[in-house]
Amino acid sequence: MVDIINALVLIANFIVVPGLTYGCQLGLGALGITMIYSVLRFSNFAHGEMMSFGAMTTILMTWWMQAQGISFGAVPTALFALPFGIVAVIALTLTADRLVFRYYRSIKAPPVTMLIVSMGLMFFLGGLIRFIIGPDDQNFFDGQRFIINARQFKEMTGLNEGLAIKTTQGMTLILAVLMVGFVFWFLRHTRTGKSMRAYANNEDLALLSGINPERVILVTWVITAFLVTLAGTLYGLDKSYKPFTYLSLLLPIFASAIVGGIGSPIGAILGGFVIAFSELTITFAYKRVLGYLLPQSLEPQGLMQLLSTDYKIALSFLILVLVLILKPTGIAGGKVI
Amino acid sequence: MSFLIGKDMVAGYGGATILKGCTIGVEQGEIAVIVGPNGAGKSTAMRALFGLLDLTSGAVMMDGQDIGALKPQMRVQLGMGFVPQTANIFTELSVEENLEMGAFLHPDDFADAEEQVFELFPILREKRHQLAGELSGGQRQQVAVGRALMTEPKILMLDEPTAGVSPIVMDELFDRIIDIAHQGIAILMVEQNARQALEIADKGYVLVQGENRFTDSGKALLADREVRQTFLGG
Repeated sequence: MVDIINALVLIANFIVVPGLTYGCQLGLGALGITMIYSVLRFSNFAHGEMMSFGAMTTILMTWWMQAQGISFGAVPTALFALPFGIVAVIALTLTADRLVFRYYRSIKAPPVTMLIVSMGLMFFLGGLIRFIIGPDDQNFFDGQRFIINARQFKEMTGLNEGLAIKTTQGMTLILAVLMVGFVFWFLRHTRTGKSMRAYANNEDLALLSGINPERVILVTWVITAFLVTLAGTLYGLDKSYKPFTYLSLLLPIFASAIVGGIGSPIGAILGGFVIAFSELTITFAYKRVLGYLLPQSLEPQGLMQLLSTDYKIALSFLILVLVLILKPTGIAGGKVI
Repeated sequence: MSFLIGKDMVAGYGGATILKGCTIGVEQGEIAVIVGPNGAGKSTAMRALFGLLDLTSGAVMMDGQDIGALKPQMRVQLGMGFVPQTANIFTELSVEENLEMGAFLHPDDFADAEEQVFELFPILREKRHQLAGELSGGQRQQVAVGRALMTEPKILMLDEPTAGVSPIVMDELFDRIIDIAHQGIAILMVEQNARQALEIADKGYVLVQGENRFTDSGKALLADREVRQTFLGG
């Protein structure tokens, strides 16, 4: 019996907790992708760099606050620097829209042109970010590292295996739930939110109803700025901030949005968890779990890992391809790309 | 001069000229119907009046004011409501949200306007929380007309409102359209079901190849032997 509990704790510690955290981060990113796709009708490749930009401005603000001796005890300072990051990204997205996207909208550029334009923005932002903060790892975490650490957990329960919950993991879950809850409430219950859904559903009829498209687009960019800054900062706090990682995050984020069904907000969140948990369950080494569950004679010799963690990215691709072949509208039934 | 009039309209898509100087007008409280064979430019005339298509020459006047240069959105603000033939509802929004979007420019009058639409189409009150895309064809047309009415139009333009609905639903819809006209709203519609539409029309326009062929009251057109034989099948 104890063996089974030990195995479960092991799985909770290495799959469930990190999976929920990573799933939230991907879901926040995918929600932004899906909103831009529904309202502006293109796949925003600059999304990863926008996340990176949000994390960078939050980091700069955190450092400044730390230098001023501002500290919030156990809570990471970054949490309080976040609003400044959000404001900076709102300025960024609105400027990018004004200078770049609006022109291509006015000439009614096809979505693929918009996509390539967003790639241009992606490279520009990537350069800008490395110019400002450099290409290296940056640490900006402070406060208490764990909500529960493995040793405390073992002492409390008397089990062999420990369950650690990092502060950043708790923060990710709470902030993601609040943010996603707010976005859903906004889309369902406010006039502006409904007009965004109306515009996404039937652009011409929205115009005939007197909905102002420029306003819908503005609000979309503002909400996207909240989502990307949150996703970028939480990912940076949880793992570590390095500009390059945000480029490689683009793939699992797009995979999440498409697997969930692009254009569907609920799908984006579900897709985030599907991608996160499949990455973790397939690259996890089950040797110790099986060690608890199987009789001693059957204890495995190898790591019992289905795929090495190096193939994590390839896995997103695989799921993406399978979904596009088997159910192109995704889990929640979005648009077909 | 009519309340809304498109005078000597010439317009087309790309190189092809479809409207060759046709004139269409409608008074407040009246129903005007455009009929004619396929390809006569009925829907094109409607789109030109609404500003979805630029005129090569001719003028569109509403209430004595030249509105030819205004975008469709501006015309909505001036009191033109338009029900397109297809994609005329927000399928992913509930019935009530559809109406709410119609009232986007007049949020304060929403409750009153909604009550009026519900009185006109009682079934919509029952289905108010259902997604509009899940309704039957006739109910969807009611949502479409309801949404357009929520913009508080002085003139309502309907592009084939009875396309794809059963004859019973069609009669019902025509009755409601008469009710709307009685409220003092000008109604202009394009119809495939020419005979039934002309029966309720105060004014009928028979278009052929982008030109006015016959213009008269609905009854007179129905009584006209040539119109009957050529366009109404005997």
